[in-house]
Amino acid sequence: MSQYQDNIAHGEHAHEGGLDKKAIWRVFGVLLALTCLEFLIALGFVHHWQILAKGVLVNSIYIVLTLVKAYYIIAFFMHLKFEKSSFIVTVGIVFIFIIYFIVLMLVEGGHLASAFQEHQIFPNK
Amino acid sequence: MSTTVSQLDKVKTGPWNGGKSPWNLEYGKIMMWFFLVGDAFTFSAFLVYYGAQRFSHAVWPDPDKVFQSIPGITDGGQPLVFVGLMTFILIMSSVTMVLAVEAGHRNSKHEVVKWMLWTILGGLMFVGCQALEWTHLHHEGFWFGRNPATDIATHMEGANVAEKLGHFFTGDVSYTSALQFANLFFTITGFHGFHVTVGIILNIIILCMTLNNTFEKRGSYLMIEKVGLYWHFVDLVWVFVFTLFYLV
Repeated sequence: MSQYQDNIAHGEHAHEGGLDKKAIWRVFGVLLALTCLEFLIALGFVHHWQILAKGVLVNSIYIVLTLVKAYYIIAFFMHLKFEKSSFIVTVGIVFIFIIYFIVLMLVEGGHLASAFQEHQIFPNK
Repeated sequence: MSTTVSQLDKVKTGPWNGGKSPWNLEYGKIMMWFFLVGDAFTFSAFLVYYGAQRFSHAVWPDPDKVFQSIPGITDGGQPLVFVGLMTFILIMSSVTMVLAVEAGHRNSKHEVVKWMLWTILGGLMFVGCQALEWTHLHHEGFWFGRNPATDIATHMEGANVAEKLGHFFTGDVSYTSALQFANLFFTITGFHGFHVTVGIILNIIILCMTLNNTFEKRGSYLMIEKVGLYWHFVDLVWVFVFTLFYLV
């Protein structure tokens, strides 16, 4: 038990340099800036100035920004970046299946779109 | 007899050869991570199904037109503002949670209590905002299995359906996609809101434990970190829900 406690205490100590108050607020700043950028694109470029149209390009930008935000939350707030690399691989590698699942379901959705066209679509005035 | 030790008989001392903690993590923390990986699969399944539905419909309600009210201020014309506030509240509460963890590392009880209180307040504000959002959509006629045209849709009179749903779409109108939108929106944000609620309860429990000096006696505030992992995960899921429902 005591050896185990030592182990943990040691581990915590090693992580100490991970995130101090300054680093926390810096990560917060990044998350806030990315969110503001999303708003700027959605409300400014798309809605107000109409420079960009909704579509694949804008959606891709949103998704990339989302993934960057996710990285910052997982790596710094959840502290994963400072764990042992074997642990990072253990919790991370399974998401390969999610990527595969996304691809499968998009193919499926595309197929359904062309196969089932009996949903009525009504013209909008 | 030869005394050379064969390569296979040598005592190995690597991190994975037993008697050590190769990840240097406490059991409960590892199990919280594994739970969160499983939970991420559940949310992924929901969101991927949502994506497949959107792909399979020729038209879909325009989020800028569905979500454009600020409860108590205006009923329309302000897309994204209210949900932006919700996003900000949740990110903020995530920050106060890491600050509580950081204070726990320094065994500073009163700071842990302070930051936990802010985190709980943020969580309650978020759930409150979500309740307002749900109420608003419910008033408009959206609910599980319902959309504003459900009462007349049995007759499937195009003109009437388009009249009821037209202001939620840019371009053509589909009754089915508005229905799927309502189902998926309430299911996914509901499941997320349920997670936030559970997180608030966990936060209150560990706040009480902090006030009771449980962690001080234990000598470590590790429990704050474990609950903190859950709380950040809830924030993480919201980042995806926000993008996929409100922006895309």
